Amino acid sequence: MAPIVLTGCQPAVLDPQGPVGLAQKMILIDSLAIMLAIVIPTIAATFAVAWWFRASNERARYLPDWAYSGRIELITWSIPLLTIMLLGGVAWIGSHDLDPAKPLPSNTPPLEVQVVSLDWKWLFIYPGQRVASVNQLVVPAGMPIHFSLTSASVMNVFFVPQLGSMIYTMNGMRTQLYLQADAPGTFRGLSAHFSGDGFPDMHFDVLALPAERFAAWIEATHNTGPTLDSGSYADLAMQSINTHPFTFRAADPELFQQIVTQKLPPGPGPRTERSHQSVSPRTED
Amino acid sequence: MWGKLSWDAIPFDQPIPLVASGVVGGVIMGVLAFVTLKGWMPYLWREWITSVDHKRIGVMYVLLAMVMLLRGFIDAIMMRSQQALAFQSPGYLPPEHYDQIFSAHGTLMIFFVAMPFVIGLMNFVVPLQLGVRDVAFPTLNSVGFWLTATGALLVNVSLVVGEFARTGWLPYPPLSELIYSPGVGVDYYLWSIEISGVGTLVAAINLVTTVLKLHAPGMTYTRMPMFCWTTLATSLLIVAAFPILTATLAMLVLDRYLGFHFFTNDGGGNQMMFVNLIWAFGHPEVYILVLPAFGIFSEVVSTFSGKPLFGYRSMVAATMAICILSYTVWLHHFFTMGAGADVNAIFGIASMIIAVPTGVKVFNWLFTMYGGRVVYSTPILWSIGFMVTFVIGGMTGVLLAVPPADFVLHESLFQVAHFHNVIIGGVIFGVFAGYTYWFPKAFGFRLHEGLGKAAFWCWITGFYVAFMPLYVVGLMGMTRRMQHYDVAAWHPWLLIAAGGAAIILIGIGLQIAQLAVSIRRREQLRDETGDPWNGRSLEWATPSPPPAFNFAVPPNVQAAEAYWGMKQHVLKQARLDEEPAYADIEMPRNSPTGFVCAFFASFMGFALIWHIWWMVGLAALGAYATFVVFAWRDTDEYSIPAETVARIDRANRSARNAAIASHEAAP
Repeated sequence: MAPIVLTGCQPAVLDPQGPVGLAQKMILIDSLAIMLAIVIPTIAATFAVAWWFRASNERARYLPDWAYSGRIELITWSIPLLTIMLLGGVAWIGSHDLDPAKPLPSNTPPLEVQVVSLDWKWLFIYPGQRVASVNQLVVPAGMPIHFSLTSASVMNVFFVPQLGSMIYTMNGMRTQLYLQADAPGTFRGLSAHFSGDGFPDMHFDVLALPAERFAAWIEATHNTGPTLDSGSYADLAMQSINTHPFTFRAADPELFQQIVTQKLPPGPGPRTERSHQSVSPRTED
Repeated sequence: MWGKLSWDAIPFDQPIPLVASGVVGGVIMGVLAFVTLKGWMPYLWREWITSVDHKRIGVMYVLLAMVMLLRGFIDAIMMRSQQALAFQSPGYLPPEHYDQIFSAHGTLMIFFVAMPFVIGLMNFVVPLQLGVRDVAFPTLNSVGFWLTATGALLVNVSLVVGEFARTGWLPYPPLSELIYSPGVGVDYYLWSIEISGVGTLVAAINLVTTVLKLHAPGMTYTRMPMFCWTTLATSLLIVAAFPILTATLAMLVLDRYLGFHFFTNDGGGNQMMFVNLIWAFGHPEVYILVLPAFGIFSEVVSTFSGKPLFGYRSMVAATMAICILSYTVWLHHFFTMGAGADVNAIFGIASMIIAVPTGVKVFNWLFTMYGGRVVYSTPILWSIGFMVTFVIGGMTGVLLAVPPADFVLHESLFQVAHFHNVIIGGVIFGVFAGYTYWFPKAFGFRLHEGLGKAAFWCWITGFYVAFMPLYVVGLMGMTRRMQHYDVAAWHPWLLIAAGGAAIILIGIGLQIAQLAVSIRRREQLRDETGDPWNGRSLEWATPSPPPAFNFAVPPNVQAAEAYWGMKQHVLKQARLDEEPAYADIEMPRNSPTGFVCAFFASFMGFALIWHIWWMVGLAALGAYATFVVFAWRDTDEYSIPAETVARIDRANRSARNAAIASHEAAP
């Protein structure tokens, strides 16, 4: 992947490109503003009190026995309490509005995408379209996407910073996430949870395309590449680093369910030559 | 014969760990040879290694923490420099090495720096503050320390023999299961923490018992210094939380050694059970570390403001509230597992509620300074630096407690910046304040002020330069534990962060210089009276360093701030009270139990890691036999004659009389 492309799409939580990310940015800024209203005066007061009551200041009043004031204590308990009540409201409403498993409001039904994290690459299966891709996620812009996620081996986190919410992928379990890209563009996606030697290269590009170009991409994908079934999945589940993006022209729509229910066994982990291994082997590129 | 152990385990092909371990080994050998040649071994054995004196054990805990801080900081420097270099390049540390470094950094800094530092300070100070002669179980105290040292030893052995875990400081399965981590790295982690965890647990049981059951006459709960309250809260947390850690890691041990399926992918294992359990320990752990620091700040701010602590009862209530609330929030470490909106919201709000008592504490320190005469010595610089820094760290923490905000910040460098903000700004600043504050009590001379202040300014500047950029790259979507990356926008910030680490390095250098200079100039820095800071609690009523028995006669506590009241009374009458009637004092005998037990535990841990089963059996037998021998002892105490007590106390009384005379002479 050319570095120019990557630097062209800097991942930024503060530059969201979809409704989930936008709402989260707003909560981030609102919460920060509420707290700064307390934190800045507290820091200023700390400096002011510490400086004014320095031992060398003759004008400062010395109150050697002053250690209690019910009124002040009432205030010191009230200020953080009121702040937290306000923020608690933000958290409660935000948690419900932005629950990853909650469908996004839209006139069009969401596109189903199944995500499998592997050692160390991402597999995206389009069950409706019966195609799949590795390390490249192509989605239509302006339309919600419903992700179902699992892991082939160890835990990872699926995260596209500019689109919003991240979520765990775990073997034998299925998590759900709704995201949407408002406009066409290229965004960076990555794993946010350390998963072994190949972890730093577990990133992928998200291409959000206009609806007709997305349809064209599906069409083109149907024509080239290998097929994804339990056999080719077993090859894919072997550990490998820095896998170049490629697509499958056909994908078994039952495959994801077989991974979640462990009908397909978990990834094999590192190849070990000897049964008694003292040091975990190094993974070669 | 030797299980999995063979010459392959020594990393002959990797120059960095080999040279590093060669240097460390050389230094250790050199020190041992020097000590032996000088003939200091019998002294060390008699006065330190077998000592059951809470002060000596406290000092050894702190020493262990400081040595491990250097080791953990070298890891930090390597991580920062790797990330500074590894933009579109593999850097100089390959993944299998880098992954060990961040795992070792976290493990060392939490379990072998922060923990022994706070436990050491609590051990040293609490019996003095309570006006008693030792902790409740002196020999157990020694066992606790030496088992902690065993854990630290095993982590460091992994540098040379085999490897350390590559799974982070909390080894999440299934990555840490045998199938994905077949090497001995995770086993080193598991046995280090299992063995040192037992040490920590007995240390805490000891401290809980001491605070609840041992008091000078009149030292009621509400007259205890704040540090005793935070010690009680922390020790209660350890007693409740560390067994969870031990049990959770034991389950992982069973998975790895005996083919159990607690957390495996297959066989009905559940990885999220590990994550829940480990954070049921891990979140209280945060408060285990920071509550003693809060106690230290309470003592320091009050002493150097020349005022009692403001809102003592509020502070006690806030401490105990944090103690309980810290058990109700563990889920905020994994909001992103997809638990559902109600669960996330409830745990998010519970996490925020902890900010209330914490905020109250900050305000109370502020009002303690209000109306005071703040003397700008090194400990209060750490305290004010803490108040400002910790408020920022607390704010980002509450931000992460808002689930939808956490959904974009979890596992990012923003989170890394947050917990370093509270652990460095809270715990590390706190233990450095305590180290400077109680150093003269431990050794009889103060630390050099100028170098101490210079170290403080380097640390706080270095902290901001190193970690503020991490907040920024976190917001840019950079996740933790990246061995290399190709996003140009992150690179300049990581270069700045590396510069920050270099500034902290200068701070550490200044602290080493401070210790060396202070030892050389100890005569000028001598603390004659035992009360160098015009203190308010009972530790300042003893000579510096205090004799083995601490108090010649048990102090009679009349009010809160026991020593301050006595001092005002004495200054008013311009002389000390009449000399008390001295009596023989019974003190616990030294015991090699702790050291011998840890000696066997070290071999047992090593043998378990390498599957050398005969050695496991022998070492376990040895450790058990040590306890049997200890249980069979006939005499467990020795007597200090009244004349000796009188001689020591009279020397201190004459120094204090001289101080009273000079106080009288002053205008």
